[in-house]
Amino acid sequence: MENTGKNIITKETVEYVARLSRLSLDESETDRFRGQLEGILDYIEQLKEVDTEGTLPTTHVLPSMKNVFREDKLTPSLSNDDALANAPSKKDGFFKVPRVIKD
Amino acid sequence: MKDILSSIDDCRSWLAEGGMSVKDAAGEFLARISEIDKDIKAFAFEEPDMVKARAGQIDGSPDNRRLRGVPVGIKNNICISGALTTCGSHILDGFRPPYNAHVVDLLLGEQALLFEGMNMDEFAFGSSCETSYYGPTRNPWDTARIPGGSSGGSVAAVAAGELAASLGSDTGGSIRQPASMCGVVGFKPTYGRVSRYGLMAFASSLDQIGPITRNVADCAEMLEVISGYDKRDSTSVNVEVPVYTDSLDSDIKGLRVGIPSEYFIEGIEGDVKKRVEVSIEALKGLGAETVEISLPHTKYAVSCYYIIGPAEASSNLSRYDGVHYGHRSEKAEDLRDMYIQSRNEGFGAEAKRRILLGTYALSSGYYDAYYLKAQKVRTKIADDFREAFKKCDCILTPTSPTTAFKIGERSEDPLQMYLSDIFTIPANLAGLPAVSVPCGLDGKGLPVGLQFMAAPFDEETLIKVAHAFERETGFSKEKPAVLK
Amino acid sequence: MSSKYETVIGLEVHVQLDTETKVFCGCRNAFGAEPNTQVCPVCLGQPGVLPVLNKKAFEFAIKVAFALNCQVQKIIKFDRKNYYYPDLPKNYQISQYDMPIAYNGKLNVSDEAGKVREIGVTRAHLEEDAGKLIHDLSAPFSYVDLNRTGTPLLEIVSEPEIQSPEEAYHYLVTLKQIVKYLGVSDCNMEEGSLRCDANISLREEGAKELGVKVEIKNLNSFKAVRDSLLHEEERQEDLLDEGGTIKQETRLWNDSKNVTVSMRTKEGAQDYRYFPDPDLVPFEVEQETIREMKADIPELPEAKRKRFTKEYALDESDIEVLIAEKDTADFYEQVAAKAGDAKAACNWIKGEVMMHMNDRGTDIKGLGLDPENLARIIKMAVKGTISGLSAKEVLKANLETGEDPVKIVKEKSLEQVSDEGTLDEAVTKVIEGNERSVNDFKSGKENALSFLVGQVMKETRGKANPKLAGEMLRKKIAETR
Repeated sequence: MENTGKNIITKETVEYVARLSRLSLDESETDRFRGQLEGILDYIEQLKEVDTEGTLPTTHVLPSMKNVFREDKLTPSLSNDDALANAPSKKDGFFKVPRVIKD
Repeated sequence: MKDILSSIDDCRSWLAEGGMSVKDAAGEFLARISEIDKDIKAFAFEEPDMVKARAGQIDGSPDNRRLRGVPVGIKNNICISGALTTCGSHILDGFRPPYNAHVVDLLLGEQALLFEGMNMDEFAFGSSCETSYYGPTRNPWDTARIPGGSSGGSVAAVAAGELAASLGSDTGGSIRQPASMCGVVGFKPTYGRVSRYGLMAFASSLDQIGPITRNVADCAEMLEVISGYDKRDSTSVNVEVPVYTDSLDSDIKGLRVGIPSEYFIEGIEGDVKKRVEVSIEALKGLGAETVEISLPHTKYAVSCYYIIGPAEASSNLSRYDGVHYGHRSEKAEDLRDMYIQSRNEGFGAEAKRRILLGTYALSSGYYDAYYLKAQKVRTKIADDFREAFKKCDCILTPTSPTTAFKIGERSEDPLQMYLSDIFTIPANLAGLPAVSVPCGLDGKGLPVGLQFMAAPFDEETLIKVAHAFERETGFSKEKPAVLK
Repeated sequence: MSSKYETVIGLEVHVQLDTETKVFCGCRNAFGAEPNTQVCPVCLGQPGVLPVLNKKAFEFAIKVAFALNCQVQKIIKFDRKNYYYPDLPKNYQISQYDMPIAYNGKLNVSDEAGKVREIGVTRAHLEEDAGKLIHDLSAPFSYVDLNRTGTPLLEIVSEPEIQSPEEAYHYLVTLKQIVKYLGVSDCNMEEGSLRCDANISLREEGAKELGVKVEIKNLNSFKAVRDSLLHEEERQEDLLDEGGTIKQETRLWNDSKNVTVSMRTKEGAQDYRYFPDPDLVPFEVEQETIREMKADIPELPEAKRKRFTKEYALDESDIEVLIAEKDTADFYEQVAAKAGDAKAACNWIKGEVMMHMNDRGTDIKGLGLDPENLARIIKMAVKGTISGLSAKEVLKANLETGEDPVKIVKEKSLEQVSDEGTLDEAVTKVIEGNERSVNDFKSGKENALSFLVGQVMKETRGKANPKLAGEMLRKKIAETR
């Protein structure tokens, strides 16, 4: 596949995107992902060739899909035990998490 | 090893002749799996006690439903209440969902004997089953090779005769591509045909659950069981499900089979091309007509997919943060740190790569250029198919440009890996039903798959043509050495 | 504000919709349950689950949109707003970005003097509420309760057209009244079923450009909204006067200290990465639904105010009291019609009935008073069958027992005594026993007569017709002169 080499992904961009994704990468990971993302984005660059003037985006592939509702009727909830069964940490019926430090 | 599971019917006969309880049969199956799977590793893990308990439940029921006691594997991204379901990822360590996926309810309703833990690429991100936290699954035809992915475990287990059938999920080819590489039948239904409720989402607008079987008749039967409207899935379509098994043994004389020139490109292996050409002749021999068609936007499908898939995935996977379930890092002191550490420790490289790519594509300033653009190109791709189906009843292509490659061969080159789904991705983007059926072996003795695609909700045509092809060519009867 | 600055305020109001179940799953939507007991895999955001929209929540949202004179959109879609917080189990909120339920509404807001101004409503969109986070003050932990997660939430955004903190207050009062009239939310700020964030900026009088805006959060009452805006107005004014610049930021209101405090900003601007939620399909509001919804909207306060003025000839302030709550207004109309005396009905509801409501800490429904019964009591009082005092007693008894007021009057023999022969004894006794007051009256102190009438009332246990008793006292005292 031709590599147009048009995309420049900076280290800062990778770090920004990692921060948004709640991931932290070390130097070598940042560098590796940076290069790989650049390669993928260069490939994806070909989308620009397609004339999409006036084309509607597809969110749902089947256009007939619309107005799907449920009635306002109760269905059973889980017990507190079941709700917390998979929790890594819990206390008094709550999920327990480390304190939120505002940053 | 005796091939007692060469078809669901064979399995039924074996169960009936043995006259044993489902629990005893479960014991036999488990023993068989232990023996075969030590080289294949189709299972990420096994939970024999849970399987036996399920068998006991079936024994305790007076009913005699159509899949009673038939061993069916469930890809490890489909929820079975109480069963370990981890999506091949460390981040879901210990997760046992408190509910059943809709398809699981349907299979249990037919008394299938379910096996959890079928190995998969982490979060279905991959085409080789190498990105699993539990290690790679091996191709039963050559254990130095990948089985394909991401439903590699589900496929390998069926190909190696460990299970009669299995469920996989298909977002860009994850059922069809491994089915092709392991010489079995893999079916991706129309988007909306099978409920996604209980399928751990990768890309919500592309994901579909489908069956993997040894032959087309079994595929029709499984599809019949798992299809249908589910009010818990807003994208599940409320239309009647045909009796797919009625489409078996149909005549395909006059059926118009579209051959898109764009699918016979550079990069396709010579043997694969040859097998497909031979297959076209076989179909002609059955009275089918071939029609030249054009799907001009095919070359953009992979790009489109590698925007939409990761974008949706980046959002779907943000819930894995160590707060409510799954892996939580022990190292963190505050919440933010806990998120980051847990996700860093929990996700493998491919998952991280896709999360980063998807987050980038959705981030402020890039949305229009990437996500929105991809959604528009997606419309073009779907339009191509709409046009094509005016001229033909189904479309024939190779399933994958190559046969199974060696483990490790492509793991450092994500783009090359992504390109192995080039022929399967369009059906997901357009929401079409598609099936891969075996069409012989290449020079190395590895299976080649033939793909058929049809218009939305026309699964019947696929069953018809695939079954006719299978009867004529007998390629589904080929089996790996382990079963000989 | 008497300065060279104009104040520009915009409000973002979140209203929890009072449906039986949550917006995307069938768990109960109710305040106050034990933690994590109104949850299911869907609202817990477990892997594999999918949302399905609650039809009632959608209809409620559309009703509010109509009541706010909004244009309801033809195609409505839902989007994901991505951000991380432990009370948001999916780490994205299902909300609406560019195709919300409605746009372009307006609200007529009147101040205390009755002056009406139109405030634009930018948009209204439906989204899911988050859960609750409780911070441990003694240990480095927080606790998550997801009962509230998935409660249907309607966000109503005003145009930045509000000109003063006072007007912001009235905007909220008006909005709350309308929402309550629609019966789609109880708008209880203490329980969080109505929440508000405010944006405020200042600009030089006559300037076209908006000033730098500050967002204020942590507002727990309408009063807090007003007070915080007053504080912020002053703070910004001082800062500008000193030649300083306003920083675009979020500030938290500290209710006890009466100040806003800067919330330390997070890493740069938020990047929510909105995109259409592929798990939900688009919604097209059908004409049929629009008709149904519109037919279902009751007479709203503004129209009611006009009609009451015309139909009942009441004072403006009385009307405000009566229409503050739709149920009270409905109750009033029934009582007024049955009693045949609009003014008396108003006075009774404003006075005795609301007193009982306050005493019991309840509203008109909770009081359980039958309008028919109140009308009977009023009629008896107006006709003079019972005294005003007795009427109050009958109401009290009726509230306790629910018994027919006419029967209560009979049982307690509360009928007013308007017969001179029967009253004669009591009047004589009072004159004999209150020599000083009698003398006072004789010496021209008119007040003394009221006291003596009161004594007759006491003697007759409230049954005496006070007018008659007064006349008899005058006559008898004159005779003894």
